[in-house]
Amino acid sequence: LEMETIYVNDLNMKATELRLGLPGTDNESDAPQSSSSSSCVKNNKRSSSEMNASFQNIVSEQLQSHAPAQKAQVVGWPPVRSYRKNVINDQQKKSSESDGCGMFVKVSMDGAPFLRKIDLKFYNNYFDLLRGLKDMLKCKIGVYSEREGYNGSEFVPTYEDKDGDWMLVGDVPWDMFINSCKRLRIMKGSEAKGLGCL
Amino acid sequence: MGYSFPEEALEHVLWFLSSDKDRNSVSLVCKSWYEIERWCRRRVFVGNCYAVTPEIVIRRFPEVRALEMKGKPHFADFNLVPEGWGAYVYPWISAMSVAYPWLEEIKLKRMVVTDESLELISKSFKNFRVLVLSSCEGFTTDGLASIAANCSNLRELDLRDSEVEDLSGHWLSHFPDNCTSLVSLNMSCSGSEVSFSALERLVARCPNLRTLRLNRAVPLEKLPNLLRRAPQLEELGTGAYSAEIRSDIYSNLAEAFSFCKQLKGLSGFWDVVPAYLPAMYSVCSGLTSLNLSYATLQCPDLTKLVSQCHSLQRLWVLDYIEDSGLEALSASCKDLQELRVFPSDPFGAEPNVFLTEQGLVSVSEGCPKLQSVLYFCRQMSNAALITIAKNRPNMIRFRLCIIEPQVPDYLTLEPLDTGFGAIVKSCKELRRLSMSGLLTDRVFDYIGTHAKKLEMLSIAFAGDSDLGLHHVLSGCDSLRKLEIRDCPFGDKALLANAAKLETMRSLWMSSCSVSYGACKLLGQKMPRLNVEVIDERGPPDSRPDSCPVEKLYVYRTVGGRRIDMPGYVWTMDEDSTLEFS
Repeated sequence: LEMETIYVNDLNMKATELRLGLPGTDNESDAPQSSSSSSCVKNNKRSSSEMNASFQNIVSEQLQSHAPAQKAQVVGWPPVRSYRKNVINDQQKKSSESDGCGMFVKVSMDGAPFLRKIDLKFYNNYFDLLRGLKDMLKCKIGVYSEREGYNGSEFVPTYEDKDGDWMLVGDVPWDMFINSCKRLRIMKGSEAKGLGCL
Repeated sequence: MGYSFPEEALEHVLWFLSSDKDRNSVSLVCKSWYEIERWCRRRVFVGNCYAVTPEIVIRRFPEVRALEMKGKPHFADFNLVPEGWGAYVYPWISAMSVAYPWLEEIKLKRMVVTDESLELISKSFKNFRVLVLSSCEGFTTDGLASIAANCSNLRELDLRDSEVEDLSGHWLSHFPDNCTSLVSLNMSCSGSEVSFSALERLVARCPNLRTLRLNRAVPLEKLPNLLRRAPQLEELGTGAYSAEIRSDIYSNLAEAFSFCKQLKGLSGFWDVVPAYLPAMYSVCSGLTSLNLSYATLQCPDLTKLVSQCHSLQRLWVLDYIEDSGLEALSASCKDLQELRVFPSDPFGAEPNVFLTEQGLVSVSEGCPKLQSVLYFCRQMSNAALITIAKNRPNMIRFRLCIIEPQVPDYLTLEPLDTGFGAIVKSCKELRRLSMSGLLTDRVFDYIGTHAKKLEMLSIAFAGDSDLGLHHVLSGCDSLRKLEIRDCPFGDKALLANAAKLETMRSLWMSSCSVSYGACKLLGQKMPRLNVEVIDERGPPDSRPDSCPVEKLYVYRTVGGRRIDMPGYVWTMDEDSTLEFS
């Protein structure tokens, strides 16, 4: 599956290199993994061959919908005064750099008409997060296993990481997860078939 | 029979009349009443600086103490008026420096104010007290320094939303040590760091200071120093509301807030760190006005904050408040009169927050005094508008901005005509209306039929034909300001309703279908209107008469054509056909 890196971060070349190996097989001989190092995330990705066709379709759909994050602007519309625009831009920039406020990510669930938002900083670990999601969305998420993912669950939690890839929640260490998670999607278990089979 | 009412008695009675409308009526009774009234008019309001000249004002009213004036058209706020268009205040200051040595107040909106003007003000008027520059530009901190240094009796210096070029933060230090008269200081729009110790000393020596709006550069840790020196403050604008999380800063701040028992209004809150919010909770129950429109707080923090402000009458907030926050607002703030919800991501393609029409519906249900609304959102339905209209027949100002142009009712995919129709039908006292979304000529029919008290109407990307414009111009009896952009309105309605334009302050039309020929004709027919074509493509004469103009600004005036137009503005008047022939 060819994927472009949509977002330009401060990733080094190795991190942006596409790999199709099994998770854990690529040995990063350099530094111990730090939670903010994106290069480590790539190592733990599941290979594309494990994803079934429908999942690939969903992901490429997501890629297309990201193409223009902003639309072409009509002069003076919407009618927001320039000093407000400047302040909003400044603050959006700041919050993406700093650690000050929460770490809010959107949560979508297949079949639900609208999205929710949660603050990842509010949770301490995957157990708390899944419990929170189950409470909020009233859905059944099974138990995670490294081997089988959420195989058998009615709903499967996935997330989009900084590179635009869709990942299974639980694969990477918690700290790494909260620093790379951009949004969550609770998929129907039937669509996520194949993710659990190695 | 020879008995006449003594002049002195009339003058004494007139002294009690402050309303311009009343004074204008008095002056129409007879010549002697006109004379008496004009000698004792102290306050003059000029809604359009080009509607009259300084000489005419000075000739009629020789004893003015306060001038309030507006310049550029409202759409200048959204960059629709090119640079250098006009609205220079200098000629007014220059004339008044000679005619009104006792002038005390100048309040300007959307005007160009130079340092030269500010210096002239500071040196010409010995008893100068109030300077309010709202959405003005053209001056630097040097101009402010002159005001600070020379106006020894200054009470108010309010620069709300103006653009000031920051050459140095030291302008504040120019207030002399014996200046103790300040009542209101609003420097929130300034970018520079002022000398904090100068600010502190200034605040400390002004015992009547009631309003203090700081700029973003004033750090949170320093705020308690100011609050302690001014516990009598009624309106406070904080600087950046963020600091390292330290308990000493927190407790210092909380204690300082607790001393301010008169605080009614709060604003500022740039870069807000939620951990510091509880420090201000002690003032929440007394707040009547809260401006959080720069505060990038998320829904839970916003909700918690507004839910404690039970006396709130005015709230300005970002759409981070979401529907749930607005529902909490409607439950907690029963005195709410004005709500403005601004977009946090106006240019994003997708919604970033869960704010829909439902938030506004909740507030309209729960807040019986709600009369003034500005609401940015991404979806709307006729059903919601009908509900809002039914809930709030007392609405006076209703400005709805659906971010994407021409978006229909998201439930039925129909135009929003019936929804806005319900608003104008139900809200009989409606004075101001801004519309958005998909709208046909029908909505204008409703407006012309029902909106009899409407004074200001803003239209964008709406309507099908000239009929729409005709409905408005022929039906809205109280219309004073009409601003239109990107609508298929053309010559017919404009020319058929030319006389109406003399009863209004101004008409703005941009990206519509009004031809150059029609503009010329209008200018010829109506000598008491200034018909100004704004076109950056070069002289309209170089194109056929049928070619639509880029922008048109028409306003009534007794001052004749203006003489300060930039190269891209052309006045159409009786001579225009002669000039270009």
